[in-house]
Amino acid sequence: MSTLTPTNGRLSSTTREERLLSFEGRYRQQQFTRRNWTLLYGALFLAALVGSISVSDFSIPGLIKGLPMAWNYIAGTLPKLTLENLWGDLGEWYWGLRFWLRLLVETILMGFVGTVLGGILALLLCFPASRNLVENTGIYFAARRALEFCRTVPELVFALIFVFAFGLGPFAGVLAIAVHTAGSLGKLFAEVNENADPRPIEGVRASGGNWPMIMRLGVVPQALPNYASYLLLRFEINVRGASALGLVGAGGIGEDLYVAIRQFEYTDISAILLLLILTTSVIDIICETIRHRLIGNDLTQGA
Amino acid sequence: MNTAQHADIARLRRTNPEIFNRPLPQRLRDWGIWVAFIAVLGFGLWWIDASPMRIFNGLGKLGMLVGLMIPPWPGDGLPDYLLAMLETLAMAFLGTVIAAVLAVPLGFMGAKNIIPNWAFHFGIRRFFDAFRGIDGLVWALIFVSAVGLGPFAGVLAIAVGDVMVLGKLFAEAIENVDKKPVDGVRASGGGRLHVMRLGVFPQVFPVMMSHVLYFFESNVRSATILGIVGAGGIGLQLSDRIRINNWQAAAFIILLILVTVSIIDAISRRIRAKLT
Repeated sequence: MSTLTPTNGRLSSTTREERLLSFEGRYRQQQFTRRNWTLLYGALFLAALVGSISVSDFSIPGLIKGLPMAWNYIAGTLPKLTLENLWGDLGEWYWGLRFWLRLLVETILMGFVGTVLGGILALLLCFPASRNLVENTGIYFAARRALEFCRTVPELVFALIFVFAFGLGPFAGVLAIAVHTAGSLGKLFAEVNENADPRPIEGVRASGGNWPMIMRLGVVPQALPNYASYLLLRFEINVRGASALGLVGAGGIGEDLYVAIRQFEYTDISAILLLLILTTSVIDIICETIRHRLIGNDLTQGA
Repeated sequence: MNTAQHADIARLRRTNPEIFNRPLPQRLRDWGIWVAFIAVLGFGLWWIDASPMRIFNGLGKLGMLVGLMIPPWPGDGLPDYLLAMLETLAMAFLGTVIAAVLAVPLGFMGAKNIIPNWAFHFGIRRFFDAFRGIDGLVWALIFVSAVGLGPFAGVLAIAVGDVMVLGKLFAEAIENVDKKPVDGVRASGGGRLHVMRLGVFPQVFPVMMSHVLYFFESNVRSATILGIVGAGGIGLQLSDRIRINNWQAAAFIILLILVTVSIIDAISRRIRAKLT
């Protein structure tokens, strides 16, 4: 930074006052540029804020009117629980528990199968998408773009299209999850591969292994714990995503949630949401424990 | 050469018995995990009624749809789509800003070094986590029912869906503050306000900004689909075009989403790289 400021005065001057003056001058100049940048960012932010507010008809009166409505709605979904008749009230609140549990199992299965299928696709695509493992830039480029496409198109858009092609139900949802998962996991796997230690790869190549052998024996063993960790992380995300796919008719608990919200069955909404929160929390905790163990093992083996 | 190799292998076997001859319980456990994994996978495939025939038929139909999509063409709806895209960006921006502003006090509440109470800390962290379990689309559906159709519901859905997660990340950023600059400011005679402004803020702000930008990126992605349930933005146009079988326009909208998301990602990645 100091090279940007004029320094010709500093070299010739040796008295204390002059050095102090030049230092203060530089300090002031740096402060000036920084303040200008901050102002510029602030102005940009304000412009974006004003633009967004005008485009989305967001207004303070609307907010003041809307927030109580939203709050009333959320408060309305809460059931009436009394201490005298707690079990009866709970039973009434969760009148459809059997049915919902079935849908919940379907949601988890959708997340699981989608993650596994997407993971297999990602595993196939991640090697050609790693820069250190392919010499042909054409293949690398194509694999990268394919993964990017799968990743950037929202899952729900895939679901909308797949519902048309494969019919309503969880099958379309699973395929949508699988395609999206392949895109995001493929990229993460490829990054793991690119950080792989080149020595085992050279070793397999030197002993005469062909390309699939190099991948299987040189890359996969060192990358496997990271793959598994990312898979588990993705499974958590996909269970959450699967709960929303039902809104477009692609199976899972979202279908019943959609019906409950559309028909204003207030207490059902809170019952299903609470079930969902519980399920995802449990899955999160389990996956986190396994993930820490996997990565921990990896670290101790490496040391 | 061959014999030397055999001898080598024999020697390796002798020196590393645990690699070649793993104990039975360990092997049983590994096999058990694999069997359970395959059983669940098979059960899942059976449940969703997957069959090669279905995939084959569906792929045929999918091919037909892709054929209908080419070439992507907006028709006469181009201004509508661009406006809807702007609305989507505005929703994501406003939702992120509101969530970030609300998350700051939550972050301070959730930080261990601000409120050093174990039970409170654990409770509030779990509370933050619980909100992550609900997808943004579900929030959108709820807010559309509560405040009516339009982008306002989308803004609220994004803000509510993010505020807890951001609160958790902010709390972690505050917990990770290095004590040394704080002590330094105090040692050179700074007051409480100086400690906050010169010791804590410069450490926390870039981390928070980088999280917020990352959330903005991801919110642009999710805002593109919120319209499917009526919460404004490009998603409404997309689901409408699909519903009336205008596949060329649908393909154009998907491309529009792809391009916009990549541009936003590139800009935000550049700013984030500068911040940290």
